[in-house]
Amino acid sequence: MPILEAKNLTYTYSIGSPFEKTAVDHIDLQIEAGEFIGVIGHTGSGKSTLMQMLNGLLKPTDGTVLLEGKDIWAKGADRRAVRFQVGLVFQYPEYQLFEETVYRDIAFGPKNMGLGETEIDRRVRETAEAVGLSEALLDKAPYALSGGQKRRAAIAGVMAMEPKVLILDEPCAGLDPKGRMKILSQLRDYHRRTGCTVLLVSHSMEDVAKYVSKLLVLSHAKVVSFDTPAKVFADGERLTEMGLALPQITRVFHGLRARGFDIPDEVYTVKYGAELLLQMLKGGGPGC
Amino acid sequence: MLKDITLGQYFPMDSVVHRMDARFKIIITLLFLVMLFWGQHVPTLLFGFAFVLLATVCSKIPPKMIVKSIKPIVPILIFTGLLNLFLLEGGEIYWQWKFLRISEQGIQTSVFMVVRICLLIAGTSLLTYTTSPIVLTDAIEALLSPLKKLKLPVHELAMMMTIALRFIPTLIEETDKIMSAQKARGADMESGGLVKRAKALVPILIPLFVSAFRRAEELALAMECRCYHGGEGRTRLRQLKSGLRDYIALAIMLAMLAAVIVINALMK
Amino acid sequence: MEKLITIDNVHFSYAAEEENAKPAEVLKGISLEFERGELVAVLGHNGSGKSTLAKLLNAILLPTEGTVTVAGIDTKDEERIFDIRQHVGMVFQNPDNQIVATIVEEDVAFGLENLGVPSDEMRVRVDQALQAVGMYEFREHAPHQLSGGQKQRVAIAGIIAMRPDCIVLDEPTAMLDPQGRKEVMRTIRLLNRDYGITVILITHEMDEAAQCQRIVVIDGGEVRLDGKPEAIFSQVEYMRELGLDVPQATELVYLLRQAGFDLDPEILHADQCIEAVAALLEKSAQA
Repeated sequence: MPILEAKNLTYTYSIGSPFEKTAVDHIDLQIEAGEFIGVIGHTGSGKSTLMQMLNGLLKPTDGTVLLEGKDIWAKGADRRAVRFQVGLVFQYPEYQLFEETVYRDIAFGPKNMGLGETEIDRRVRETAEAVGLSEALLDKAPYALSGGQKRRAAIAGVMAMEPKVLILDEPCAGLDPKGRMKILSQLRDYHRRTGCTVLLVSHSMEDVAKYVSKLLVLSHAKVVSFDTPAKVFADGERLTEMGLALPQITRVFHGLRARGFDIPDEVYTVKYGAELLLQMLKGGGPGC
Repeated sequence: MLKDITLGQYFPMDSVVHRMDARFKIIITLLFLVMLFWGQHVPTLLFGFAFVLLATVCSKIPPKMIVKSIKPIVPILIFTGLLNLFLLEGGEIYWQWKFLRISEQGIQTSVFMVVRICLLIAGTSLLTYTTSPIVLTDAIEALLSPLKKLKLPVHELAMMMTIALRFIPTLIEETDKIMSAQKARGADMESGGLVKRAKALVPILIPLFVSAFRRAEELALAMECRCYHGGEGRTRLRQLKSGLRDYIALAIMLAMLAAVIVINALMK
Repeated sequence: MEKLITIDNVHFSYAAEEENAKPAEVLKGISLEFERGELVAVLGHNGSGKSTLAKLLNAILLPTEGTVTVAGIDTKDEERIFDIRQHVGMVFQNPDNQIVATIVEEDVAFGLENLGVPSDEMRVRVDQALQAVGMYEFREHAPHQLSGGQKQRVAIAGIIAMRPDCIVLDEPTAMLDPQGRKEVMRTIRLLNRDYGITVILITHEMDEAAQCQRIVVIDGGEVRLDGKPEAIFSQVEYMRELGLDVPQATELVYLLRQAGFDLDPEILHADQCIEAVAALLEKSAQA
């Protein structure tokens, strides 16, 4: 059974007004437990709306969401409990920090879940460590942290609810390469350690491709493809048509293929690309 | 959702009223209000009605919009209407129960008051429907500028109004976002008593204030970079220009006001 | 070429927040020159001092030591502060927090209104500026109806209406989506090429820096590298050390070179890389 399932999921904004717009258009989707999924699509493709429906913040105008097989919009369903199980980190989450200390802010979610002191304490310390915040920082006021630290504290605040599915909307927006790498590798470690399902919304294919096991591509309110990165990038033309830029390395390999070299079209990391080329060069490899 | 609230509604259209000088529109609207309150008799309402009708037709604003502007105050209308209807004495009494009664005077006053408030709202919304907020601010600044001599910070007030208008949609959107984000962490804003609900606002208000201050700081820096240094020596892109139509409109308004004053005097 | 901005041994420290605390030195003796008509990227990670450097260029901040000269004016000259700010315009990261007015064209006019430009001339300059950034048809829109990239272009129009010699952009694309980034970068290059405006682009994105003619790499408040993009990015290991990315094509070439293959290290773009690798593969097939 998939952990999260979208059935005929639809969302239309401002129904009946001149601004009516369907942001998510009859999407069917099955997300298996334990996957690390990258969600890509240009602005207005419906990514954010879809994510807010998956944790029950937005009520679909049609269709529904199943969490572990249970309809979250069924009569009597506890949507607040759904939000604890499907954690959602919004874009620029550091703007939502409000408590006097980092510790208390991370504890906000677990406290709302009604957990006991010791359990809350364990969770706060564990997640703070997972995002690389030292003990000393926990007693500081959020504003005293650096930009990257604030971002990671806010992410920890959602992780501390120990959701089964963790959704992050552009967690790297506005950060420099080092900051991006830090968050992405921490997410990978978190995914490995907890085995929890992660959905990572991003604009940057180059960043995402390295970490995820599957890519969900959205365009014009619909799912265009949902497959392994290798398969998605192999169909480069379609992605380019949708206004999504391919990683430069993928473009290099597509270019070499176009020249008649017998080279796979699914290269999306420099490391793999270099290995492939070295094999060909050293082994006298396939020519024209 | 909060986003659906329309603030400072302006209906961009090409009409005589839209093209009028905003300073004149403000003055005429003020005179219109004076007229409504000065007049104590039915004919004054007829003038008011005629004025609203004329302005609506000239402005090409769909009458539906005028009706819509009155909608939010319907509770107030009902309240005023009933209050006057049941509590006033005078003339023939049609019905009585304890201290409640319906009298001739009551009916008259109640209808008069309700119509007067409707006209008042209709007239002022015509002003905001036909004048963009920024032009309105300019006009207020221009009209108040004589007060600069009294050391009143007229330019600063106008600038504050402009910035407020500019950031209202931004902050509304932001509030929506913060609310969703805290809800995602299990914040409960829909249940509990007054105290609990007030407490539930903290996780929303604090980030909102922090963000508003951050925005203010960045905006101040951006303004400084663009050589802002107060109202002194400032010129404007949009010049307020008055023409024949403005004077004609003002003349019509003054004539109506004069008529109302005369009627008042005659009917005493 | 003519020198537009000269930065001479500049140090800068922010005042310490707590008493007795030592003020942290953000810039530690920077000397740089920017010429008229240049398109320069100042590349560095967050906290490298690059934003502080930007604010020194139009007298928002003054150096604690050393001098900054803009078109012959020392930025410490308070009398000429508006001259300096007219010469060097500035665009910031958050497009929302630098638009003042409720209508696009009114916002573009804001700087000109402050300078006391007569309204007839203002009209002409506002229209020209909006056309230059491709936002003329949106002139009567409200800012919140625009996308991030469009807002940023309006902000740029507001600066170029003041007819500056130079625009400093402090991470103008950090909050934008790829579409918005492209729009802004295209606008910047066009302003530099067709209008001859000097552009100083503060960024941490290597692909944006690669589009400039010159890159200055800042780290720890000091200039570490200064030169053409090809020369900068070919130093793959050093860039990594500074926490900065290099184009994937450059990295691929670097890895192949490490393995002993002879390739031009100064490759930045995909087509250059395809060309070079194709040649290499053909040679090895023949051998």
